[in-house]
Amino acid sequence: MDKYSLFNLFNHARNYHENWQRAWRNPTPKKVYDVVIVGGGAHGLATAYYLAKVHGITNVAVVEKGYLGGGNTARNTTIIRSNYLWDEAAQLYEFALKLWEDMSQDLNFNVMFSQRGVLNLGHSLQDMRDIERRVNANRLNGIDGEVLQTNEIQDLVPLLNCSPDARYPVLGASWQPRGGTARHDAVAWGYARAADAMGVDLLQQTEVTGIRRSNGEVVGVETNNGFIGARKVACVTAGNSGVMAAMVGLRLPIESRPLQALVSEPLKPCLDTVVMSNAVHGYISQSDKGDLVVGAGVDAYNGYGQRGSFNVIEHTVQAICELFPAFSRVRMNRQWGGIVDTCPDACPIVSKTSVKGLYFNCGWGTGGFKSTPGSGYVFAHTVANDNPHPMAAPFNIDRFSSGALIDEHGAAGVAH
Amino acid sequence: MLQIHCPYCNETREEEEFTYGGEAHITRPLDPESLSDAEWGDYLFFRKNPRGLHHEMWNHAAGCRKYFNVTRNTVSYEILESYPMGAKPSVTAETGDKN
Repeated sequence: MDKYSLFNLFNHARNYHENWQRAWRNPTPKKVYDVVIVGGGAHGLATAYYLAKVHGITNVAVVEKGYLGGGNTARNTTIIRSNYLWDEAAQLYEFALKLWEDMSQDLNFNVMFSQRGVLNLGHSLQDMRDIERRVNANRLNGIDGEVLQTNEIQDLVPLLNCSPDARYPVLGASWQPRGGTARHDAVAWGYARAADAMGVDLLQQTEVTGIRRSNGEVVGVETNNGFIGARKVACVTAGNSGVMAAMVGLRLPIESRPLQALVSEPLKPCLDTVVMSNAVHGYISQSDKGDLVVGAGVDAYNGYGQRGSFNVIEHTVQAICELFPAFSRVRMNRQWGGIVDTCPDACPIVSKTSVKGLYFNCGWGTGGFKSTPGSGYVFAHTVANDNPHPMAAPFNIDRFSSGALIDEHGAAGVAH
Repeated sequence: MLQIHCPYCNETREEEEFTYGGEAHITRPLDPESLSDAEWGDYLFFRKNPRGLHHEMWNHAAGCRKYFNVTRNTVSYEILESYPMGAKPSVTAETGDKN
């Protein structure tokens, strides 16, 4: 594989950059793989990468019905943070954040990870109590965080309306300086290129239509391009996880919902951090290209249509205009929806199943992007060893019958 | 935005008047004490979440404030019918979506 380096950039410049190697191959499927990963989003590609890198399992295929990173990987708002309340979740997301910090070097691909800091605003006394509690919990877990007062927030974000006359005045915020954003497509491409270089086959335009079993054990997947044998099948299909589970008669505690986001026309730099507010319900950052990236909560109803209702967008934009009156004149450029797999406790499922050789990594809901490297890492371990990674163990599907839920939804006090 | 028909008000109104109630026709176990943890977990948390026809509850929160059922396609978002609580759907995955 051509290494991306200053030296190679110079070398290729002499040939007018016409001889760069393709980032990944377009292989014909083998008869049998050790592991078939269903879903070529960033989580699936990260799983393939860590299977090859950490566990030495390179006879792996990633099967994707569309193109790599074309689902939720391309549809999120690219926010990365790890300020979760509960120990289990905090540990996993913080592990992911540490992997983010080295990712560009590790993958030899610039994922444009920018630690510009994440603010979670509080607008009521109860918000502030929750923020104090969460920041304290974070610090006990070794995660950076501070509680900021209104004047400190105003210094950080001059355009934010911090006036006491605001309808929902900003009383304070939690601040995680190590949080930030990354380039979502680059994450998929970087993992794809690095996994491909180690021998992983990336099979695009290949839709899984069934999971073949023999004596209760997985033997492969049926696809629109024929049968592909597999000793283990790992499903990382986000919103479509329920459809995959139904193929083998399993049920999941997951509901698929549209989550919408939108971007504005490109502006000059005006917002150099990420601002989130759970109370007025919106979050915003500015991409390196200059567009404001705006998101909020999921739509009310179940859906697979990759679009949602207009009233949700309207509500989101109202929240942003409330926080940033200066943005009220900004024109929005594009709007889209992704289908997120929401769990009752807003925590993922990284788990073996009752079918031997079948694994599920799903339920990341609205918070999947930030966890990409951590999710891939612990899931690769779970698949390779047929035993959950210690960090993934609390996220076993059995928690929905044992009752050991990790209730981030109600307690975290952060926008999801 | 969805246009939802409330069978009690007999009005078709915009989605903003309604709140979502999740999957319909889930019956509460008659004898919860006799259920295993897995069965109780299944009742509480596990849902069909189909890609296609879905029977679901909506509450007319800004109207009569009653719950009713809707059959909706979760891919096209088309609403096929609304019917009161206690009634059975006339369109099901077996009888087929006319599309």
